[in-house]
Amino acid sequence: MTKLLEWLLGVSLVGVAWGLVTFDLLDLQLPAAYKEVAWPMPVYLLVVFGCYSLATIGYRVATFNDCEEAAKELQAQIQEAKDDLKKKGLKM
Amino acid sequence: MSNMAGSRGGKRNREEADKYSVLLPTYNERENLPLIVWLLVKYFGESGYNYEIIVIDDGSPDGTLQIAEQLQKIYGDDKIVLRPRAKKLGLGTAYIHGIKHATGNFIIIMDADLSHHPKFIPEFIKKQKEGGYDLVSGTRYRGDGGVYGWDLPMNYRSLFYVNSPVFLSSRGANFVTQVLLRPGASDLTGSFRLYKKDVLERLVERCVSKGYVFQMEMIVRARQLGYTIGEVPISFVDRVYGESKLGGNEIVSFLKGLLTLFATT
Repeated sequence: MTKLLEWLLGVSLVGVAWGLVTFDLLDLQLPAAYKEVAWPMPVYLLVVFGCYSLATIGYRVATFNDCEEAAKELQAQIQEAKDDLKKKGLKM
Repeated sequence: MSNMAGSRGGKRNREEADKYSVLLPTYNERENLPLIVWLLVKYFGESGYNYEIIVIDDGSPDGTLQIAEQLQKIYGDDKIVLRPRAKKLGLGTAYIHGIKHATGNFIIIMDADLSHHPKFIPEFIKKQKEGGYDLVSGTRYRGDGGVYGWDLPMNYRSLFYVNSPVFLSSRGANFVTQVLLRPGASDLTGSFRLYKKDVLERLVERCVSKGYVFQMEMIVRARQLGYTIGEVPISFVDRVYGESKLGGNEIVSFLKGLLTLFATT
C-alpha cells in the first residue's frame, strides 16, 4: 500500500467515526454530550497537529548542532594534506 | 581511534575478506580531489580496511582528471581507479558506471567537495558489521550529527530557507518529509552512505529521479524493499572550495519528487 493510500485510509476511518458519532448514523441514541465533543474534533486534531509540528521543528532548529570543531579540524587537515601532497610531488 | 583498533582485533579474518569501494563522482573538483583522497587514504590506512577509490570524472574542464592521474601515481593504481566519462551524465548513471568497475563487496558513496569527512567511514563500517545492515546512512539530524556553515542554530536559514540545498536539508523540509513518507531514516537528502554492493545495484536500477530526490528515493525504496538501514551521526561542513552546483529549481523538483514518492511507495 502506498503512503498516499495509507493516509486516505486513515483519514476516512477518522471521518467515518466522526460522522457516526456526530450525526448518530447508526441510531445508537448517544447522549448529547458525545455529539458536542465530537463535532469540532477534526478542527481540534488539526490544531493539535499544527502545534506539535511547530514545537517539534522549533525544538530541532534550536538544538541543531553547529559543528564548529569539525570545520576547524578540517581546515587544519587541509593544510596538512597540502603540505604532504606537495612533498609527495603533486603539482596543483 | 586507538580503542577502535583494539576492539576490532578479534574479527580480523572475516574483515579481510571485505573490500570497500569509494565512488567519487567529480565535476570541476581539482582543488578538493587531492584533499579528499588524502583524507580517505589516511583514515582507511589507520583503520586497516581494504579499499579502493573510484574517481568518475565527467569531463571536467578544470583538469580534475589530470590531478587524479597524478594521485594515481602517488598512491598506486590498486587504490586510485580512474573511470572518467566524456561529459556530464548525471549522478545515477555515474553510480551505475562506478559499480560496474568496483571490485569491493561494499560501496561507499560520498561527495568529493569535503562536506563529507572520511573520518566517519570507519564508523559506518563498524555500524554495518554490528547490525549486518544492508545500508548505513550518515545523518545530520541525530546524536552528535550537525552542520557547519549555515549560521546555526537560531538563524532563520535553518528553519526554512528559499535556497537549496539549505532549504532541502532544513528542519522544516525534513519534518514534512518524515510525516509524509515515514521512511525510517532521519536524513533523506544526505548522500554519505555505505551500501552492500548488490543492494546498491538493485536500488539504482529502480530509482529514476535526479539530484536530491535521487538520494531520497534511494532510501525510501530501500525501506520499501525491506532492506535494513543503520545510521551514523555525521557533521556536514558546507563546501569549503567552490560554489554549490545546484540551482533554485531544485526545490520545485524536490517537492515534485516528494509527492511522487508519496503516491507511489
